[in-house]
Amino acid sequence: MSAVAESNPVYRARRRRNTLMMGLAALALAFGLFWLVWILGVLLWEGVGALRPALFTQMTPPPGGDGGLANAIVGSILMAGAGTLIGTPVGILAGTYLAEYGRRGWLAPATRFINDVLLSAPSIVIGLFVYAVYVAHVKHFSGWAGALALSIIVVPVVVRTTDDMLKLVPNSLREAAAALGAPTWKIITLVSYRAARAGIVTGVLLAVARISGETAPLLFTALNNQFWSTDMSRPMANLPAVIFQFAMSPYQDWQRLAWGGAALITLFVLALNITARALFRK
Amino acid sequence: MVRNNALMDALFRNVTRFFAFLVFSLLAAIVVSLAIGAAPSIRHFGVDFLWTEEWDPVREEFGALVPIVGTLATSAIALAIAIPVSFGIAMFLTELSPVWLRRPLGTAIEMLAAIPSIIYGMWGLFVFAPLVQQYVQPPLKSWFAGVPGIGILFSGPPMGIGLLTAGIILAVMVIPFITAVMRDVFELVPPMLKESAYGLGSTTWEVVWKVVLPFTKVGVIGGIMLGLGRALGETMAVTFVIGNAHRLSPSLFAPGNSIASALANEFTEAVGELYTAALIELGLVLFLITTIVLALSKILLMQLARREGATT
Repeated sequence: MSAVAESNPVYRARRRRNTLMMGLAALALAFGLFWLVWILGVLLWEGVGALRPALFTQMTPPPGGDGGLANAIVGSILMAGAGTLIGTPVGILAGTYLAEYGRRGWLAPATRFINDVLLSAPSIVIGLFVYAVYVAHVKHFSGWAGALALSIIVVPVVVRTTDDMLKLVPNSLREAAAALGAPTWKIITLVSYRAARAGIVTGVLLAVARISGETAPLLFTALNNQFWSTDMSRPMANLPAVIFQFAMSPYQDWQRLAWGGAALITLFVLALNITARALFRK
Repeated sequence: MVRNNALMDALFRNVTRFFAFLVFSLLAAIVVSLAIGAAPSIRHFGVDFLWTEEWDPVREEFGALVPIVGTLATSAIALAIAIPVSFGIAMFLTELSPVWLRRPLGTAIEMLAAIPSIIYGMWGLFVFAPLVQQYVQPPLKSWFAGVPGIGILFSGPPMGIGLLTAGIILAVMVIPFITAVMRDVFELVPPMLKESAYGLGSTTWEVVWKVVLPFTKVGVIGGIMLGLGRALGETMAVTFVIGNAHRLSPSLFAPGNSIASALANEFTEAVGELYTAALIELGLVLFLITTIVLALSKILLMQLARREGATT
């Protein structure tokens, strides 16, 4: 049969087309990986030289001066930390409602739908929203406004993972606890949360990774600050905004610092992502 | 004790319900607050705002045409590149790749989505744009020079930065999102269907093209819409490389502006109520467009999931 098939032009044409398409698929994958390798390569090449101790100990310099990114790093940590602390409980509680109480009624499906839209909503609009409802009223930019904007980005990520992970908890566990006479709130906090813990933590880590590199929502909320400040009620330096400012500038020293900051953020974000995955797989 | 538990139950239930409602109302809150912030501009310019080309902060004449066209053009370029590539990657990962390679390769592609957008922007400005200027734009220009209709898209001086470069970078950024959805929906295809096709002597390509793709069509379109939603709202990467010029040009080489990049560049420098309001209205337009696109994507994906639920 195969001899007949080999000489059949239709069969040969089909095989050729298959080989071609599979080759193109492999090429597409190579294309995707190519960018990853290229970008990471450039970052390491340009950034590692800038990753000196001074980067962590000195303030952002004026043009032409020597310095580091200490104030920006601290500002980013403070705002990302506050954003996570505000956003995580909101996200976990809302996600709990969706998974545990949301079997009946309209609120859970509607919220799930809106949450998925918010998950991909442009982050710059979130910044604009915080500007409109907060910054425009108090009339000054502040670290808190930045943290608020970041927390709004954290919430949908945490809601989604909490919802998904709680839904994976087998109902037999809940039923067993209920049969022992546990009230619903104890079943959720002591059984469901415990069973879904790794997944929920993964969601929080992914959310932290997401906001660590966010720039757009901070532009109109935290603004920037050239000096050392840990006062969250005033404009605050942050790594992404400093990278933006320095990279767009014509000064060589600033650009070098921007590469250092870029390498720092990317390494941190990728490490968080990989940790989150490893944690979840366990 | 029992009364106490009943109280706690009610409390816990209502607290979680409150936060769910908070998330539920967030979308409407964003739309309403942006609409209020944009009110002076909406009153002043009316619907004409959407197709007025003028953007003149000095004379306080504002129109959204240039940023809207820039946003749509860059997203269109991004999808034109990202759709076939994502399809190829998803096909490779679900049909061709050895099982042990699937996870590392899939993770590597997903890492493209983890890289912060400002990094894409910086790399785009310093590394990619100069290469585009030198090696991509001149050949494109000479190939299409005489072609009517298309030639004008690739005309003008090659500058590196501009709509084309922004679109290519956007493509790389949305590939992981489209690929992830395509992979997920390809895996929904019942093995029985695929095995039947293989059993009839189909090649891998025929199985993917004639069995897998028709079965998952709705989901694939949903994935593409998700990528589109991401591309429309992407800010920092585009801001670095688009050139930030409020000018309408038929050429893809020309610098332009997108809604998000106009906001990132001008918002903190905007003086005057009308200027700020016009920028907020731009944000509102962007948010409405992306919300509609993302909602459509979600509806399509839900449809596929529901059908999947019905057949199994």
